[in-house]
Amino acid sequence: MKSYSRNKRTSSLIVNISLALICFLWILPTIGLLVSSFRTSRAIAESGWWYILPHQAWVKISEMPAPTGTDPDKPITIEGVTATFEQFRAGVESNGKRLKWEGNRRLGTVFVEEQRWTMDTRFTIDNYRAVILGDQFQEKQEDGTLRQIQGNDIGPSMINTAVVAIPSTILPILIAAFAAYAFSWMNFIGRKILFVAVVALLVVPLQVAMVPILRDFARLEINGSYLAVWLAHVTFGLPLATYLLYNYISQLPRETMEAAYIDGASHFTTFTRLVLPLSVPALASFAIFQFIWVWNDFLVSLIFLGPSGNLRVMTARLTDMIGSRGQDWHYLTAGAFITMLVPLIVFFSMQRYFIRGLLAGSVKG
Amino acid sequence: MSTTSSYGFQPTRFLTALIMLAIVIAALYIGFDLLRAQAVPERTDALAKFAQSIFDNATPAGKLINGIFAILLGVGGMAALFWAANGVVEELPETPKRWLLPYVFVGPMAVLLIFLYIIPTIRTVLLSFYDRDGEIFVGLQNYIDTFTVPDMWDSFRNTILWIVLGTFFCVSLGLLIATLADRSKFETVARAIVFMPMAISFVGAAVIFRFIYYYAPEGSNQIGLLNAIVTTFGRQPQAWLQYNQPWNNLWLIIVVIWMQTGFCMVIFSAALKGVPEELLEAGRIDGATEVRIFFNILLPYIWGTIVTVTTTIIIFMLKIFDLVMGMTGGQFSTEVIGTQFYRQLFANRNIGWGAAIATLLLIAVIPVMAYNLRQLAQNRK
Repeated sequence: MKSYSRNKRTSSLIVNISLALICFLWILPTIGLLVSSFRTSRAIAESGWWYILPHQAWVKISEMPAPTGTDPDKPITIEGVTATFEQFRAGVESNGKRLKWEGNRRLGTVFVEEQRWTMDTRFTIDNYRAVILGDQFQEKQEDGTLRQIQGNDIGPSMINTAVVAIPSTILPILIAAFAAYAFSWMNFIGRKILFVAVVALLVVPLQVAMVPILRDFARLEINGSYLAVWLAHVTFGLPLATYLLYNYISQLPRETMEAAYIDGASHFTTFTRLVLPLSVPALASFAIFQFIWVWNDFLVSLIFLGPSGNLRVMTARLTDMIGSRGQDWHYLTAGAFITMLVPLIVFFSMQRYFIRGLLAGSVKG
Repeated sequence: MSTTSSYGFQPTRFLTALIMLAIVIAALYIGFDLLRAQAVPERTDALAKFAQSIFDNATPAGKLINGIFAILLGVGGMAALFWAANGVVEELPETPKRWLLPYVFVGPMAVLLIFLYIIPTIRTVLLSFYDRDGEIFVGLQNYIDTFTVPDMWDSFRNTILWIVLGTFFCVSLGLLIATLADRSKFETVARAIVFMPMAISFVGAAVIFRFIYYYAPEGSNQIGLLNAIVTTFGRQPQAWLQYNQPWNNLWLIIVVIWMQTGFCMVIFSAALKGVPEELLEAGRIDGATEVRIFFNILLPYIWGTIVTVTTTIIIFMLKIFDLVMGMTGGQFSTEVIGTQFYRQLFANRNIGWGAAIATLLLIAVIPVMAYNLRQLAQNRK
């Protein structure tokens, strides 16, 4: 028995170490993004984000004017070290120190550097300012000059995303809850076939329905308006919403419902006063699931709102930035983090419901 | 027999309810037309002019007003529609009321699903037999093209790579982490960390990983994590997303593994919680190692869940789109079926071909659909 428990202890140590390793790997990419989004453009270009951690690097301890009037073809001697100008430009090491020539040949400075523990703390919030607003703004360069830069307009596209996401979350719930109630507590012709359709559509990829919808919407002249995206998102979300809510609402206690009918409550009153409040956990599960999905969606908005224009959503804007500012990591990381902010808040505050939603029906078309 | 507060049919009350419904519908129509008018700048009628004057989308404030109006209209309008339609039916005599009321409840869902999902799906299948404008019948030509153009071959190959490797690693890593977490005190934290990428958009993830894979020429500062590691070990930096095609697809698949493993883990965690403790204890007392317990007891017990999760992830991989668009835009032979669908439809403006690709997606999910429907029929019995 003793050896069994010791085995258990070592195995739990192995378990925890492997788990810690996995968690480290999993969180590293996000941390890299978050850290980078707060670093200055110069800092990002010069060093990886992990240089914010303590590390050994050459640090300037003193400086002196560079010798002038030296022979361009001969090695130069500074502080007893002899090397060519090019070597000094790259930095010459001698007994723990490094001499580095900054500036040009005739008017330069020699830095005396030493290996020291240091942290790169060039942080800024300017990246966010530049990314959120769409106006022209002045960016201070490293050399002190100001540069006129066009903002990246993520803020307004966030409003678009919200206007797309909020109705696209609430409407499927509303419509599906009514339908789920009918499926559970009412008898009507076509009930079975409709429910079969709901289950069948659960796995149909939304791409399959997209082409004809797009043509219809073009004829109705609603492409490029919120209406088109809502209709698409609501419809594509309905099978899962109906299926999840049906599973929940049909399990509500029969006696409670019958008591309400006997008291003279109509179906509408029973639904709004009794069923909806009782179904809050199921509604919340689906709401979070759908909200995160719609907020992060790119394809549906891209097709129905277009890749550019006033109403484009954040994911479209960010994709655009990847194309036009592919090397400007200070903007890209800040932009990406802004798009992640709302879903992450929703996720961490309501993780439990989110997981419940996933467990209840893990398929989506 | 249910009792209601209204006794018999009262024409005036019915008429009032009918007028209410008409008002709601009219208000909805005007409201939606206001929204719609913004999408059509050429319109010059009074309503469109009014819409263009009150909704100035160029400024954030105008955008906010427009947004709030749109949200209230969309959500409030739908709720009002349910309420008003119910009001009309409630005023009917008992028998027609009992007939009609279910359709008030289920109607909007049925209409949307039929007109925006079921019929379009059928039309897509039909369109796949037509030419690029969807007008001339071309038989199987789109499918023949789809299977013979080398570009498409790349996409099929890549999608299969995604399905096989992506699914394998998502499911097995998810299972591994769920099993580890199940035995650890830090389960909640570990699960939250691995699960978190699910809340991140594909485009956001694309930025994260493009930065990790970032390539700077040899000798310059490697600010991308992967190349920094590689050069630390004295190797040459690589342009991971371009280099060594088609295996560069693996770097994209890693991103999806990072994002979707959490999903598998959460489902497996719940399934593992359902394995009876006595079964595990019995195995341990018999002297089975933890590895054997995993393969001989746990794995068979949660096999059903593994199958469900695997099919879900396969369907997911089949439709992958955003991530490829964000990572490479489909360049460097990383195109998949999802991106080809978009490319044929929009860049090439080839409706027939786009529909053919969509139809292939549909065919691919039909076995799963059939399985789900059979389950449904069995549960009904």
